[in-house]
Amino acid sequence: MTDNIVDAFTRALLDVDRLAAKQIVQNRGHDTAPVKFAEDVVLPALERIGAGWQSGTLALSQVYMAGRICEDLIDQILPPEDPDRKNQPKMAICILSDHHKLGKIMVYSLLRASGFDLADYGVMEVDDLVEQVQKDNIDILLISVLMLPSALKIKAVKQKLARLGCDVKLIVGGAPFRFDDQLWKTVGADAMCRDASDAVSVIENIMEGMA
Amino acid sequence: MNQKSVTSMQRVLTTLGHREPDRVPFFLLATLHGAKEVGLPIKTYFSDPDNVVEGQMRLLAKYRHDCIYSFFYAPVEIAAFGGEVVFTDDGPPNSGEPVIKKTGDIKNLAVPDVKNTPCLEKVLTATQKLKSRVKDDVPIIGVVMSPFSLPVMQMGFDRYFDLMFEKPDLFTHLMQVNQAFCVEWANAQLAAGATAICYFDPVSSTTITTRQMYLKTGFAVAGQTLAKINGPTATHMASGRCLPIIEDIAATGTAAVGVSCHEDMALIKNACRGKLAVIGNLNGIEMCRWSSEDAEKHVKEVIAKAGAGGGCILSDNHGEIPFQVPDDVLMAISEAAHTWGRYPLNWTADK
Ligand code: B12
Repeated sequence: MTDNIVDAFTRALLDVDRLAAKQIVQNRGHDTAPVKFAEDVVLPALERIGAGWQSGTLALSQVYMAGRICEDLIDQILPPEDPDRKNQPKMAICILSDHHKLGKIMVYSLLRASGFDLADYGVMEVDDLVEQVQKDNIDILLISVLMLPSALKIKAVKQKLARLGCDVKLIVGGAPFRFDDQLWKTVGADAMCRDASDAVSVIENIMEGMA
Repeated sequence: MNQKSVTSMQRVLTTLGHREPDRVPFFLLATLHGAKEVGLPIKTYFSDPDNVVEGQMRLLAKYRHDCIYSFFYAPVEIAAFGGEVVFTDDGPPNSGEPVIKKTGDIKNLAVPDVKNTPCLEKVLTATQKLKSRVKDDVPIIGVVMSPFSLPVMQMGFDRYFDLMFEKPDLFTHLMQVNQAFCVEWANAQLAAGATAICYFDPVSSTTITTRQMYLKTGFAVAGQTLAKINGPTATHMASGRCLPIIEDIAATGTAAVGVSCHEDMALIKNACRGKLAVIGNLNGIEMCRWSSEDAEKHVKEVIAKAGAGGGCILSDNHGEIPFQVPDDVLMAISEAAHTWGRYPLNWTADK
């Protein structure tokens, strides 16, 4: 049953058919809580699309449009700050040092569409980022970069946070990490995602470790 | 052919004609390493065309490769549109805040005057001076961003996708402005002495757009634009994938295609045979931590998969070597290219 819904929902997203997608959300039945729908239908659909991008069968434009449609739909049934949004660690996302926002936008949309809430720091430089993370008591920091020099700056973020005694988990992503599967370790991250939709399972793993 | 008398130009032309020259040509598409060679910070290096001439000439002598790369950096085109270029000490300059702030700004976007834009003039001056140094012995590769890929820097990727999907009229208008600029910019570089133009078009790659979308957008734009460029062109996917659209790329009238390390060169070569030469596909980012043995292994792999019959140029997969790649790795690549690239490629038979 859910499988069929996920199939239909995935199809609607790939066709950029907002109406069809909306219809599926509306027909979900009264007993399906929004968070449950996000977990059982939206996330699996986005994960499938993300996996298709990683294997080269789908294009980024499809991943992007799918994320946007889902974020809008989920915001309608599960507004920001809704207490039903997942009970979760304190999270923030940023772009480090470069001006390329798309990766961050996609991860942010996907996490919100999956029922998470997180702070959006926008573009940050190392020192401001470290200060903000400490001030906000962040548990998980997601960092997106597009340029290699920006990726290499993550090392300084990690070192400065450690020096301040902040126990923050770093999840990193962006093009340089897709071209060198060792780079995330070199910069001292705790995890790397090849695609926005990988973030949910990585966060859940970290949450299990924290519990 | 007598080995000694073969120039880089002859070697490259032979391979573009899908025949085997004396060895597989090797393009070291390095920009930032020129600054290292002349010992200048990146920003200073690009501020004076003479530095770039010196840097490129030193790279050519040191690594014995087969082209001059007159490319400065992609955002030079953004500067021409009145935008900002952000320099760093250890990487390529980036474009700053988008020049198209609101979608409505597209209607007022003017085509920059190539002949009277200082940042572009520097590239043209460097091209002229390089030409007087290498004459017809070494091909000079000029660069343009495709009209279809430039908007990512002009307006940001998210807003560009929204435009592509939701505002077809404004999208068409933007393509017209960018196309007029691209053609003029390419032709000015050719007139200054560039041998060929590398048309960077990663937004057309199937990493970014579907083939269906490509046929309606990037493909049509490329066909029209390349037809107006007065010289040979190569299309570069800047490490985006392209196997599903090889036939289409060939139909745009380009002579060669730059291929991602995420694709199998044997499959690509098969699809391109006789139609397009392949350029690639060493992983520039991973290269930062390669050993000499890694370099040799990867070079051999490209040559073994794509070298036979010509139609193959060894290069990185992006069209720019990251600043962090050590010189000894570049040297190891060069040595491997000279050792293993020699035709006939008898050694590949035992693989
Ligand atoms: C399209 C493209 C271009 C276009 C547009 C670029 C742009 N965005 O501004 C053009 C032709 C203009 C271009 C130019 C340049 N480019 Co370019 N380009 C690309 C290409 C093909 C795609 C980039 C892109 O925007 N992708 C979209 C984003 C959203 O994808 P992504 O970062 O991978 O993000 C996804 C995942 O990684 C993940 N993710 C991202 N962040 C995060 C964070 C977290 C926490 C998680 C969980 C997941 C996650 O989610 C996203 C979606 O699923 C890549 C190569 C490639 N195959 O990816 C090179 C690439 C980004 N370019 C590169 C470079 C160097 C440049 C230039 C600087 C070249 C030059 N010397 O001028 C210029 C500068 C551009 C600028 N804006 O200033 C390099 C950067 C690495 C490096 N060497 O430093 C790359 C990686 C190529 C390479 N293989 O080396 N480029």
